[in-house]
Amino acid sequence: MSVAEARTAVRPRSSRIVPLLVFAITIALIVATPFLPNYYVRVVNSLLIYILLGIGLNIVIGYTGLLDLGFVAFYAVGAYTYALLASPQFDLHLPFLLILVIAACLGAITGILLGIPVLRLRGDYLAIVTLGFGEIIRIIINNLDWLTGGPQGIARLDKASILGLQIARPVDFFWLLLVVVVVAGVVAWRLEHSILGKAWAAIREDQDAARGVGINTTNAKLAAFATSATIGSIAGAIFGASQRFVSPESFTLQESVLIVLMIVVGGIGNILGIVAGAAILILLPEVLREFAEWRILFLGLLMIFLIIVRPAGIVPRSFGPEKLIRGLFGK
Amino acid sequence: MLGNLIQQTVNALTIGSIYALIALGYTMVYGVLRMINFAHGEMFMLGAYVAFLLLSMLVGDVGMAGAIALAMAFVIAIFLVGAVGVGIERVAYKPLRNSTRLAPMLSSLGVSLSLVTGIQILAGPQPVAFPSFFPVVRYEVMGGTITSMQIGILVAAFVLMFGLHFLVTRSRIGIIVRAVSESRPTAQLLGINVNGAISMVFFVGPLLGAAGGILYASYYGIMSPTMGAVIGLKAFTAAILGGIGSIPGAMLGAFILAFVEVGGTALLPVITHGVLGTEYRDVLTFAILILVLLVRPAGILGEAVSEESVVYKREF
Repeated sequence: MSVAEARTAVRPRSSRIVPLLVFAITIALIVATPFLPNYYVRVVNSLLIYILLGIGLNIVIGYTGLLDLGFVAFYAVGAYTYALLASPQFDLHLPFLLILVIAACLGAITGILLGIPVLRLRGDYLAIVTLGFGEIIRIIINNLDWLTGGPQGIARLDKASILGLQIARPVDFFWLLLVVVVVAGVVAWRLEHSILGKAWAAIREDQDAARGVGINTTNAKLAAFATSATIGSIAGAIFGASQRFVSPESFTLQESVLIVLMIVVGGIGNILGIVAGAAILILLPEVLREFAEWRILFLGLLMIFLIIVRPAGIVPRSFGPEKLIRGLFGK
Repeated sequence: MLGNLIQQTVNALTIGSIYALIALGYTMVYGVLRMINFAHGEMFMLGAYVAFLLLSMLVGDVGMAGAIALAMAFVIAIFLVGAVGVGIERVAYKPLRNSTRLAPMLSSLGVSLSLVTGIQILAGPQPVAFPSFFPVVRYEVMGGTITSMQIGILVAAFVLMFGLHFLVTRSRIGIIVRAVSESRPTAQLLGINVNGAISMVFFVGPLLGAAGGILYASYYGIMSPTMGAVIGLKAFTAAILGGIGSIPGAMLGAFILAFVEVGGTALLPVITHGVLGTEYRDVLTFAILILVLLVRPAGILGEAVSEESVVYKREF
């Protein structure tokens, strides 16, 4: 905060250059994506899904300060909701929007179900229990063959369509994901600044003090878990619809860890940071694809380096969406 | 029936002693740094790979006799991995000593990823057959079969665990490590070499983990770059179960976990009439873990520490 302020004081113009640059790059990317070959559109889509997951998990980790290492479970709930309700598995073929609503509700319910038992736990213990929860969900999916198809997963999922408009090509999913990411981002950002968001921040800074000033920490934490799980589940449903195939392989502990890393490398508690973190961890391996395993080694070392050099993330917490908007309109 | 019981018990003891060797590394690091070391499973993997390399060098290039080469490869490998552990701590965790609690954990994830990929690049991603470290002789004991391999693993693991026990309870180094584990600021005020103690922990932990890895690879006759992930998670579960930060707890947790696993594999299909098959063994493991954490978060042998002493710095 103070560093950012000092910089602004010395070079007043810099506060506008960065937002303008970020804005220009974003617009250029959005405009260019539909004209790219399908392969690259898929990469951008996967980036958007990870940003969505990051926005969801950030509510629990960044805003409320609870380390959740089992986030991928909610992602799986969403993906399998779509797979079960829109595939030949049980010959159910519900419309996409309805499934999205169902997935969101199921996500919230799972979030609360996980939230209730772990409310008493803090820090490392919470991390471990959520990790165990994520693994349990994955093992159950892997073995409940009659329901989930086991390790083979569920294939031939329906093509998604919204009000008769078919969403099948990668470009269609790009627009859908863009809308969902922007909506989720705005919701999360406004939540952060709502009364509930302030309760979350209070819990993050000092739980006992928060309870002392009359915050119902139980409800606030459950709300955080539910909101986060809802976003994760929606991301899962869209992922299922775009892949038209789901299997337990997509929902390993490594995925949860990747999302946590994205948030921390980018800038914890900051939506812009999540975008930066996702860009590094998702796009970089794609850009370096020709280097095969070396890129993963590089990624691992880069991770260590970034955490040591910038433990608070690439984008400082103070450089939030407000700064970006203010910078753009020169207020 | 009795033979089966004996055999399953020995199986559980064997796998439990390997879990214990790995769990000790998690618990010791947590004890001094309050950090979950996600790269610890990779020390286990590294142990197997280094021992394999040494063994092929000693037998192939030097032309050493089998038994001596095995013993030498084992000892050199575990010390080498111990040294690697100290090096990793210096580079990846020490700069984060005064950072948030999450930072070193995430750094260890980076270390884990780098090591797995590094080994994949050097030795190939596919599993490799691992030579048996003991001549396999089968003994019949009251109807159950016990192999010389299992006896060898049990002996090796127990020698190492007793060694650690004496190091921690009887030696000067042990006193220093325990003091730092009790309270780092106080230990520092008393003039104890805190960095030395932390280095020691990062030497002994990976050393024991590597030993576990070599024993595991020779027990199952196979090793792979990703072998550390699943076993690491289980050993970690064992450490939590016993009470993370507690050395006897890690051993107890490891044996409980092994018995639950072996028992669960045998009994789950019978108890539930085939509804839940043996594949739910790991669900059982995690369910027990979660239950223990909810009822007694400090684990079975862990001390019920107050929040203040655990959370002495910010989570994020």
